[in-house]
Amino acid sequence: MSTVENISATTPHLDRHERLSLTWGDPPGILGWFMTVNHKRVGKRFMITAFIFFLLGGLLAVLMRLQLSRPENHFLGPDKYNQIFTMHGSTMMFLFAVPMMFEALSVYFVPLMVGARNIAFPRLNAFSYYVYVFGGIMLWVAFVYNAGPDVGWFAYPPLSGPAFTPGKRADFWAQMITFTELSGLAVAVEVVVTVMKTRAPGMSLNRLPIFCWAEVITSLMVIFAMPAVMLSSTMLIMDRLIATHFFNPSEGGDALLYQHMFWFFGHPEVYIIFIPGTGIVSTIIAAFSRRKVFGYTALVLSTVATGFIGFGVWVHHMFATGLPQLSENFFTAASLMIVVPTGVQFFCWIATLWSGRLHFELPMQWIGGFFFVFLIGGLTGLMLAAVPLDWQVHDTYFVVAHFHYVLLGGAVFPLFGAFYYWFPKITGRMLGEALGKLHFWLFFIGFNLTFFPMHILGLRGMPRRIYTYPVEMHWGSVNALESIGAILMGLGVLAFIWNVFQSNRFGRIAGADPWGAGTLEWATTSPPPNYNFLDLPTVGGREPLWENAPDQPIVTGVREDMREVLVTRPMDAEPEHLTLYPSPTIWPFLTSLAVTGLFIGSIFTPWAVVWGAIPVAITLTGWFWPTKKETEEKKEIEVWENR
Amino acid sequence: MKRTISTAILLTAIALLCACEREKRQFREPTGSAVPGDTGVEQSPLHPGGSAPLKPGESESEANNGAGPFEFNAYAVAEGQKLYYSYNCGGCHFHGGGGIGPPLMDANWIYGSQPQNIHDTIIEGRPNGMPSFRGRIPDYQVWEIVAFVRSLSGQLPPTVAPARPDNMNVKKPEDLGPKENPQQR
Amino acid sequence: MNLFRHNSRVFGIAAILWLASCGGQQPQQTMFRPVGPMSARIEGLWWFIFAIAVAVFVIVWIFLAGAAARRRVHEQLPPELNPDPAREQRYLRRVMVATGITLVVLFAILGHTVVTSKYMNSLQSKNPVTIQVYGHQWWWEVQYPNDDASLWVTTANEIHVPVGVPIVLQTGSRDVIHSFWAPNIQGKRDLIPGHSSAIWFQVDKEGTYRGQCAEFCGHQHAHMAFYIIAESPEKFQAWLDQQRKPAPDPANATLAHGKDVFEKGTCMMCHTIRGTNAGSHVGPDLTHIGSRTSIAAATLPNNPGALAGWISDPQAIKPGVRMPPNPLTGPDLQALVAYLQSLK
Repeated sequence: MSTVENISATTPHLDRHERLSLTWGDPPGILGWFMTVNHKRVGKRFMITAFIFFLLGGLLAVLMRLQLSRPENHFLGPDKYNQIFTMHGSTMMFLFAVPMMFEALSVYFVPLMVGARNIAFPRLNAFSYYVYVFGGIMLWVAFVYNAGPDVGWFAYPPLSGPAFTPGKRADFWAQMITFTELSGLAVAVEVVVTVMKTRAPGMSLNRLPIFCWAEVITSLMVIFAMPAVMLSSTMLIMDRLIATHFFNPSEGGDALLYQHMFWFFGHPEVYIIFIPGTGIVSTIIAAFSRRKVFGYTALVLSTVATGFIGFGVWVHHMFATGLPQLSENFFTAASLMIVVPTGVQFFCWIATLWSGRLHFELPMQWIGGFFFVFLIGGLTGLMLAAVPLDWQVHDTYFVVAHFHYVLLGGAVFPLFGAFYYWFPKITGRMLGEALGKLHFWLFFIGFNLTFFPMHILGLRGMPRRIYTYPVEMHWGSVNALESIGAILMGLGVLAFIWNVFQSNRFGRIAGADPWGAGTLEWATTSPPPNYNFLDLPTVGGREPLWENAPDQPIVTGVREDMREVLVTRPMDAEPEHLTLYPSPTIWPFLTSLAVTGLFIGSIFTPWAVVWGAIPVAITLTGWFWPTKKETEEKKEIEVWENR
Repeated sequence: MKRTISTAILLTAIALLCACEREKRQFREPTGSAVPGDTGVEQSPLHPGGSAPLKPGESESEANNGAGPFEFNAYAVAEGQKLYYSYNCGGCHFHGGGGIGPPLMDANWIYGSQPQNIHDTIIEGRPNGMPSFRGRIPDYQVWEIVAFVRSLSGQLPPTVAPARPDNMNVKKPEDLGPKENPQQR
Repeated sequence: MNLFRHNSRVFGIAAILWLASCGGQQPQQTMFRPVGPMSARIEGLWWFIFAIAVAVFVIVWIFLAGAAARRRVHEQLPPELNPDPAREQRYLRRVMVATGITLVVLFAILGHTVVTSKYMNSLQSKNPVTIQVYGHQWWWEVQYPNDDASLWVTTANEIHVPVGVPIVLQTGSRDVIHSFWAPNIQGKRDLIPGHSSAIWFQVDKEGTYRGQCAEFCGHQHAHMAFYIIAESPEKFQAWLDQQRKPAPDPANATLAHGKDVFEKGTCMMCHTIRGTNAGSHVGPDLTHIGSRTSIAAATLPNNPGALAGWISDPQAIKPGVRMPPNPLTGPDLQALVAYLQSLK
């Protein structure tokens, strides 16, 4: 006889909603906040934290623009400026872009879009958030204490090495990498498993939403790329802390080794940021063109190709280092080749728009912005791919313009579109129209005012990463214009924040599917209950809400008094077996504390790796130690062959 | 929620005020003295009747606990290391092992191991070959070199002492080396 | 030059000059004023790709704007579940054609790039003028090697070259990664410690061309510039011969006092003036500083006022630079500046 509190037996008065809420709910209060393993709560935390880092990074950018608005300005000295631009790049790339585009969006939406009740490995999911936020806090606390890194977001040795950056500045940077890459790797594993093994029956791979395809491909890229940067940052810390010679040419090391390792990660990194953006674009275009996206197979294969080729272009960041001509031309060819799948995506999107009935709502406005901004960025990328031309524009403001156009165009514009699209689902209310339009135009105009003239500045000889410039170069007036643009962008973001706060309280109630879209996240209430779907759906097409039969079957036989989950086959989502997901637990939080202690300690002494491993081992043991409830539940549902 | 935010802001403000001593990048001399190397000679920190009043141009830390102004500043110690080699201290003292001049990484100090003593050695010169650098090296650079020299025998905390240089590996870097117990010879 | 390239070049130059004129006079340090074959070829590559980029942008936006205009409705219609197969086929063909055109254009860019690349590597010569350039934090060490050691020239931050002959810069770095970039003349090359890299170029027009460090190298990366002065071969040879001479002796008492200040104070700890007792290699060689057009790595003009200000407090102009403040008395400073200015 089981001692599990059999909810159905003891509380027969609960209806299914109440029973499922009880099963899938979190303990109350502050403890419950730390114990949650609910993907929507963790996903919201990722979104809010990443957005806060976006604001902090943006503030740093405003400071930079203030300093650069006049020649030989004394607003910031070189040391402060170097710290600020390093923190701006590191915050935006590691603490905002990847956590938002990849972690936040996939953690919240992928389980909903594949019809699951939670993400795979829920405890790991909670852990990945804590590790991320602790790494970000560590970096910013170091910055506040004047120990922020000042060597660029890429931290090339020998400048970032022990001889030229004394103190702990570069070590905090390198260890932040370890935190954020661990977090990213964890989420990548969860996303791949969620998509491959817990899809709704009937959702064969060729019916997987394109957004989920984008996030799966991004996950695979994360898994292959992150280790390279973890290695290179660890090697940097080792050079700085325990006198290894990885990057010391006098002892057989090489500064170029770091560049290769960093950019082997660094280029896939920008595609990790961009590919979820393409997923968002496909999703929003389909919803607002009122048709399934054109060229589904081509779009998916293009995304795969982009992800794949993205690993073969990293040397285009190193064209000026004096590598042999033949190898540089190979990377020119690869960098040009990667345009082809992106071009195919563009053509498919245009075909969707041409053959659809375009209903132009706020999310589409941002997709329009994407088409404008990202296209310019991609075209300047063609120029950078050509080696001799790169020799003139590399490390100038031309490159700064290029990557802001592709990063903001390819990620931030689709991201704001995604916010306007999915805010109703997350909160149950629509974002305001007027503030939304104000936000868009301020941001779009401000962005182009800030970054388009940078192309000109770079062509006129202004290098990057300079805290000031001489009067006689005549760069001053263009810089002043750009600084005004930055203020406009900031005002646009403020309008957005105001819109969010207002709409959260007083926005129009959205209902389950305000946009009439077709994917599964719209098949449940807004906001979704903590168990996601009252009836686990099956799907009959790529846009289930559009294509499901009126009598489309639902999944039955899954227990609702335990966290039981249906596992399906990877290719065609045939039901395979049932399994139990873990309940809320404090151990992921405690493990993240232990890991944080180990990581931060190892900035100061190598012995932290040894002594710090002990709390980590203890907390991991606690994590995996089966609770009584778990054991009883498993015994309850176990099926013996020869009973 | 509001309480949490305002507490966070308050704590951040406090934190900002105590910017970390280790990471300061000071590009000018901290002491009042502007003339190279002219702070007078201090033979011993002991005075009858208690500690001596501050001499002109002398900083609090020097007078009160004998620590040089850069004992806890990693940037200054790294600058001291660069200056040690630029000004050819290595020509006689090598990488601290000595040769023509006495070793600097051991426990024996002929003229005293305190920062003020080392400062005076550099400014005054000493018998048997140590040149006087008065007028040659600005005072704040002398203090930077003093801090580095003390790191050679492990007197500085490992987070402040220099790590490995980008040169050939000739000895353990100062932050990994042993801490010697200075003895007056 | 064909009409298309000419017109796009005119349009582009007009646009860029208009934006350039936001600041006033014609800019230096730009790839759009090539004075040698290398930078000229790069400019040609730029216009080629620029023209393609503009065309692509316009065409894509014609289609996007067309879609927005022709297919827009003002309410949320029910989704189209069964798209017309014939229409889908038509669109498929158009997508494939567009992809094909993309491939052709990309190959064209690749071809042009490879040809330009080969040209960039083809400037070889048996008898180039060889110059060695080493990056320091935050100045440029320039050497003119010679088999005869007595003819070896060391200077800083200013590179003289004869026009019309191939030049090769043998580069390296003495500390961190820097990047040598004179856009009027050639693309940039990173100076990486432990690596040496040869930059080949030729200057065909006399003049002074500014270049700047283009790889972040620390506090004063922003103020690490240099000048390339291209002159006729005769003038170049005259300059080289002058540089080979040791510093002239002081001609009067003031200059002698200035030399005294230099040798008896902090200056000789870091600087060399050949022909005096000052022989340190920590900072730039000052043997002929009087003849340079600028000081402090092309940050300040070379005149007595700027020089005096620089010597007194370099940290005010380039905070973080390796040179300490030198509080000298008025007469000492004036004599020192006069002496340095006399070192032509």
